Amino acid sequence: MRGFSLDRGVDGASDTVHLRGRFEFAEAAALWSEASRLLTGASTPRIDFDLSKVDAVDGGTMALLVHLRTRLRAEGKASEFVGASPHVQDVVHLYEGDLDIRPRRKRKPQSAIAQIGGETIAVAIETQLVLAFLGQMIVSVVETARAPRTGNWGEVWPTMERVGADAVPVVVLINFLIGFVMAFQGAVQLKEFGANIYVADLVGLSITRELAPLMTAIILCGRSGAAFAAELGSMKVSEEIDALHALGLGPIRYLVLPRTLALVLAIPFLVLLGDAVGILGGLVVGLTSLDLTVVGYLLETKRALSVWDVYSGVVKSVVFGGAIALIACQQGLATTGGAMGVGRRTTSAVVTTFFILVVLDAAFTVLFHKFHL
Amino acid sequence: MSNESIIRVVDLTIGWDDVILQKNATFDVRRGEVFAILGASGCGKSTLMRYLVGLEKPAHGTVAIAGEVTGHSEVGRPRFGVVFQSGALFASMTVGDNVALPLVTWTDLVPEAVGAIVGAKLCLVGLRGLEDKLPSELSGGMRKRAAIARAMALEPNLMFLDEPSAGLDPVTSVELDELILVLNRALGLTVVVVTHELASIFKIVSRCVMLDKQSQSIIASGSPLELRDTCTDARVRDFFHRTSEAQ
Repeated sequence: MRGFSLDRGVDGASDTVHLRGRFEFAEAAALWSEASRLLTGASTPRIDFDLSKVDAVDGGTMALLVHLRTRLRAEGKASEFVGASPHVQDVVHLYEGDLDIRPRRKRKPQSAIAQIGGETIAVAIETQLVLAFLGQMIVSVVETARAPRTGNWGEVWPTMERVGADAVPVVVLINFLIGFVMAFQGAVQLKEFGANIYVADLVGLSITRELAPLMTAIILCGRSGAAFAAELGSMKVSEEIDALHALGLGPIRYLVLPRTLALVLAIPFLVLLGDAVGILGGLVVGLTSLDLTVVGYLLETKRALSVWDVYSGVVKSVVFGGAIALIACQQGLATTGGAMGVGRRTTSAVVTTFFILVVLDAAFTVLFHKFHL
Repeated sequence: MSNESIIRVVDLTIGWDDVILQKNATFDVRRGEVFAILGASGCGKSTLMRYLVGLEKPAHGTVAIAGEVTGHSEVGRPRFGVVFQSGALFASMTVGDNVALPLVTWTDLVPEAVGAIVGAKLCLVGLRGLEDKLPSELSGGMRKRAAIARAMALEPNLMFLDEPSAGLDPVTSVELDELILVLNRALGLTVVVVTHELASIFKIVSRCVMLDKQSQSIIASGSPLELRDTCTDARVRDFFHRTSEAQ
């Protein structure tokens, strides 16, 4: 049973809505529909709300009554709360029942032109941030080289463990499968020409020169790059980066350099491991589908590969590692706007790094080809 | 204010991992009062509040609100409002949407009625017309006010505030105290506040408990004036007198 009742009485040129009982938020929906029904079609120029029989009213129901009165006034009718007892009047006053409440406004979506303009400015600001970051990075490297004791070297080894050793299982699995799949696809074609043994050449060269460095970098980008960006982003929004500044510990020197160094040092080992398991993946296909022997496959791989093929992959990987760490840290340090900003920057770090890795890989391929390497 | 208890804490032990912050805490909060949890930093004030609101599950002891024992992270319509130290507004939503969220989730109100309540709640906390602002566009004090408006959206009769004055300037802090008093007096709201701001304590608090870090226990309870003027415990006297000297 409801704790309140409403009725409307007409007295000459004015109507009065009589409210009785206790008005509690649990019955707000019922109050809203009942009052809206009573007020629909009212034609008198004045409608007052008689609160003299109201025993109690809480904030939520008062807010609704104030809104109904505002709506009547917007329709050109005079309307007041009358007869309220002192304790009810307190709530009327608290909810500014003596003032009009403005209707709730929604944030307007930006126009297309404003969005294009906004994005253009954002790109310019982002470019400025990246250049400033690179400049600060160079300054920090030089300063740290001049005064090596100021570097945060203690962070390098644990970070190497985190980005390197902890990534071994996934790097092994992915590179093994890449070698396996490549050998399988190649075997179908090579069998046609009786050139089964050349699957070792195909897998060996592709893995060492291209796929192991690129796939390992992509894994580290998703794993460590995202972690770096989120970690630094969280530190930025919780003012830890400001605290580092205040303590005289530049975030580049204290956070970015050790992470970059750790990634650059760890990635070559992961790539060499990726080379080995990728070739192993090809060997498994050679043994199971192409009737090759272990010795035959490995001798053919050794014949096909030069030392530079392996080195070139390692050289690439060092550059990839640097790019992953720098992009992730730059994005993390550029974070603004709370938890949402951290998510946005982490996504941006991963997507930007993927793009840059592919561009760098293409550039290396062209460069090595031009110099016959 | 009545003598009826709205919160009853019995033999509660709080802490995390292997660290015990308070042992066998027992106290009542009466309906309609402003109750404070006092103590020095690190004694477990905010952690105790997390147990009171059900964010942590007691390993020992119980917390009952309006006769019902609180569980761990209850899902369902909240029985009370909570204002966290940082405000904890959802950054991706406007202030209006933050306040509307519990109304949209837990009531059958039509959008116009929800909008009316959101506008009124924001008016109440002095944020009239800021519905379409994002939390990042507000100052610290405004964020706290918006958080109070959100906590008040479902018209609770009990509200918890964790260090409401933290990080605020003295003027904003006083305004916030006044707002808490208005909510308490005009709407009969029971308020549990975690604080160590003396000015705030003497202005708004009816009764309090003081936690001690070393003994891991409640060392005093009563009105702030009683504790300041009559309590013989050196730790309580230190808290009131040294802090007021510092201030």
